[in-house]
Amino acid sequence: MYNKTIAELSQGLAKGEYSSVELTQDFLQRIKRLDGQYNAFISVTDEQAMNAARHADSMRAAGNAKPFTGVPIAHKDIFLTQGIKTTCASKILDNFIAPYDAAIVTQFKNAGAVCLGKTNMDEFAMGSSNETSFYGPVKNPWHIECVPGGSSGGSAAAVAARLAPGATATDTGGSIRQPAALCGVTGLKPTYGLVSRWGMIAFASSLDQAGPIARTAQDCAMMLDVMAGFDPKDSTSIDRPTLDYCTNLNNSLEGLRIGLPKEFFSEGLDPAIAEAIQTAIREYEKLGATIKEISLPHSNLSVPVYYVIAPAECSSNLSRFDAVRFGYRCQDPKDLEDLYKRSRAEGFGREVKRRILIGTYVLSEGYFDAYYLKAQKLRRLIKEDFVKAFQDVDVIMGPTSPSTAFNLGEKTSDPVSMYLADIFTISTNLAGLPGMSVPCGLVDNKPVGLHLIGNYFDEARLLNVAHRYQQATDWHQQKPNNIE
Amino acid sequence: MQWETVIGLEIHVQLATQSKIFSGSSTAFGAEPNTQASAIDLGFPGVLPVLNEEAVRMAVKFGLAIDAHIGEKSVFARKNYFYPDLPKGYQISQMELPIVGKGHIEITLDDGSTREIGVTRAHLEEDAGKSLHEASFEIHGHGMTGIDLNRTGTPLLEIVSEPDLRSAKEAIAYLKKIHSLIRYLGISDGNMAEGSMRCDANVSVRPKGQQEFGTRAEIKNVNSFRFVEKAINHEVERQIDLLESGGKVVQETRLYDSDKDETRSMRSKEEANDYRYFPDPDLLPIVLEADYIQAIRDSLPELPQQKRHRFMDEFQLSAYDAELLSSERETAEFFEAVAQAIGDAKLAANWVNGELAAALNKDSREISQSPISAQQLAGLLQRIQDDSISGKMAKTVFEAMWNGEGDADQIIVAKGLKQVSDSGAIEALVDEVIANHTVQVENYRNADDSKRPKMLGFFVGQVMKVSKGQANPKQVNEILLSKLNT
Repeated sequence: MYNKTIAELSQGLAKGEYSSVELTQDFLQRIKRLDGQYNAFISVTDEQAMNAARHADSMRAAGNAKPFTGVPIAHKDIFLTQGIKTTCASKILDNFIAPYDAAIVTQFKNAGAVCLGKTNMDEFAMGSSNETSFYGPVKNPWHIECVPGGSSGGSAAAVAARLAPGATATDTGGSIRQPAALCGVTGLKPTYGLVSRWGMIAFASSLDQAGPIARTAQDCAMMLDVMAGFDPKDSTSIDRPTLDYCTNLNNSLEGLRIGLPKEFFSEGLDPAIAEAIQTAIREYEKLGATIKEISLPHSNLSVPVYYVIAPAECSSNLSRFDAVRFGYRCQDPKDLEDLYKRSRAEGFGREVKRRILIGTYVLSEGYFDAYYLKAQKLRRLIKEDFVKAFQDVDVIMGPTSPSTAFNLGEKTSDPVSMYLADIFTISTNLAGLPGMSVPCGLVDNKPVGLHLIGNYFDEARLLNVAHRYQQATDWHQQKPNNIE
Repeated sequence: MQWETVIGLEIHVQLATQSKIFSGSSTAFGAEPNTQASAIDLGFPGVLPVLNEEAVRMAVKFGLAIDAHIGEKSVFARKNYFYPDLPKGYQISQMELPIVGKGHIEITLDDGSTREIGVTRAHLEEDAGKSLHEASFEIHGHGMTGIDLNRTGTPLLEIVSEPDLRSAKEAIAYLKKIHSLIRYLGISDGNMAEGSMRCDANVSVRPKGQQEFGTRAEIKNVNSFRFVEKAINHEVERQIDLLESGGKVVQETRLYDSDKDETRSMRSKEEANDYRYFPDPDLLPIVLEADYIQAIRDSLPELPQQKRHRFMDEFQLSAYDAELLSSERETAEFFEAVAQAIGDAKLAANWVNGELAAALNKDSREISQSPISAQQLAGLLQRIQDDSISGKMAKTVFEAMWNGEGDADQIIVAKGLKQVSDSGAIEALVDEVIANHTVQVENYRNADDSKRPKMLGFFVGQVMKVSKGQANPKQVNEILLSKLNT
């Protein structure tokens, strides 16, 4: 059953081939048996999951089933889940039991989904390899010595290892798409403002966006149907009519205009990855698409701009972790300053502290104009590049990541090389655009991700474009060798 | 050397919204600690602010009332610092692009003259909680600090003046004007004792005639009109002493201690926080449409300044009376109700500013707590107008009304104070006095015209005395004149 997609499980449940209780039990046992190798979960919530499964089965028996009723999923541990430990993979929240549900957690509950547990991640979503987690790194199911990518490495690995058919995730600079690429699964980062941020622990508020990771575009569409929608509790959420993202999946791609930014195919790119992307593009041509080379002239500025804005926002967002009202508190603080300093020094990991320091620096008097304001101006230019490009093309494509999964420990001592892992994804967040990663090849038996960028609120088209590709190819059906 | 004082005030006004500026929690004062603090107010992970539109409306009202520029777009910014009663580690405030830009306020000084004081800006922000350093929190012999987050997130309007004030008296006049205005607008109760209105003063001195400002000190925590005046005067004296003895004023924040009547250093400029302001990414800019602003403008009540001018123009009141009557909305409304009922604004003004103000002052009451209503006072004044009682008797009646003995008519009857206006009865009394004072009558009749008015007073007094004060003095005058002059 664990090899089935969400769409298939939804049908199996509807046909009565199995109950949600059976399905949930199966996944829970599988997590118990295998997650020791992957470390994809921080918490497994057996009891709540079984209760939810029983409830789902009774709803179905009463004739009140919806597409997600009884389907198990996992939530990234960045989303608050009422009554359940919510850590953001940080020691500072190791004792934190959430007092309320995140908006998307409520939405999945209302849809009838069963939450299996909370997935591992980089601490406060800061990282591209899932090695900054207080709970230890996640292992890539394809190659246990490799990283799964980050920050949503737990969600991507759980889906790749068939520990959950789908998982929620978040993406601030590539945290859905890069791990999806490295783990050979499908991930979607929606347009900024499409999915509520209420109850999602903030890293960089102007960039953070929640989205799904699953094995197929169709499953991502089903999950987005649940997640998308205006939330008056999030002032940056956008009030617009909700769409049914499953309706247009099979639309023809005849006449689709694909833009290939020359900056995404520069010399630094691994030729084997470039070849996989080109093969995918040829597949799209067969499906009726036309290809156009385009330019995003400011895209080379994305990484430096991001590493000013994101740390600036995080330095402020993480101030609330002060050991006063919740979270980790140091032993025997001797006064207020000691409480702050030691609790935060002991509670946060190295990468988080590095970014708080960078952020504090760029916002300081005398540096604000040179860093923060300049970065905001460049952010506008990066966005304008895209707006211009989308006048001529419908979808922009390129590689999701400059490399396939690298070894654990390979980049931990070199933060800049780690930051460059998101070189192709970051500009999408800066512009607020939707992006997807779709499996499109294997290099040395390591998955390669095709990056799709759409226009604002054009998720339906992105999903359609990804789905048609998955109908024509089987890269998304490849699985790690050791998975039965 | 002659010194000139330069003062600018930063006034924090708690806006009288039902709920907080970024959460749905109640803003009511005096609840049990931490019972009015939601996950948002507590700064829990994952929470987000949503702006309370009522706070925006109130800020715009204030802006329009001081003739200020209302920004079409204004932006919230985070002011970052750590303190236990600041749950998020930052205060949501405004830095660049405040909601209210440059405006001005006219203040009236004791001599009735007016001055225009510039308002630099007014911006919206959230209040912090309270840290309670109380002995009762002692645990295991250690002093503890309690944190009450009920106040966290209460909307504040911070009103920043230009350094236009030149004395503590002017500062008080300005502060009172703001107090009056926010109450007129109904955007705050202005209660300084409960912290609904708080004031920081930037004070410096410079040699008279010098253009550039001296180094300023900011005095925090002055929370009554009286203390603002005392704190400023004390600080001015301190700075002049310092400068005259060859010292230098350092830029710093000083705290006013009302018990010792002194200011003391809290932190120097070097120790000041770098607040690292930046636009809050959780909140979109406020964009105000011209129609929205116009609708608020149309809903503004008549403001104290306008009332003051109208009282002078329409009722020919003195500047002094008009100022007193217009400074509080309740007083103005009381006055106008009385004036309208009796059709004599001057008489109404005399009594509201005179007898009533004195009685309220004596009992430390607000006019809203007056035991005599506007209708009751009008009832009393009508008896003066129709000569039922004299002005002097009216004061006796007023006192009885104040003590709750009933309406004017009831008291006049009960005390037998009704003025005698029956000319026959008064004539009899006049005849009696003339018969009993033949010498004085003789003297009067032999006196010059110029001396007669003064001598007439004696006879009036005698008639009033035999009438036990109840004779209508006007009639007594007339009858006496006609009898003595024949």
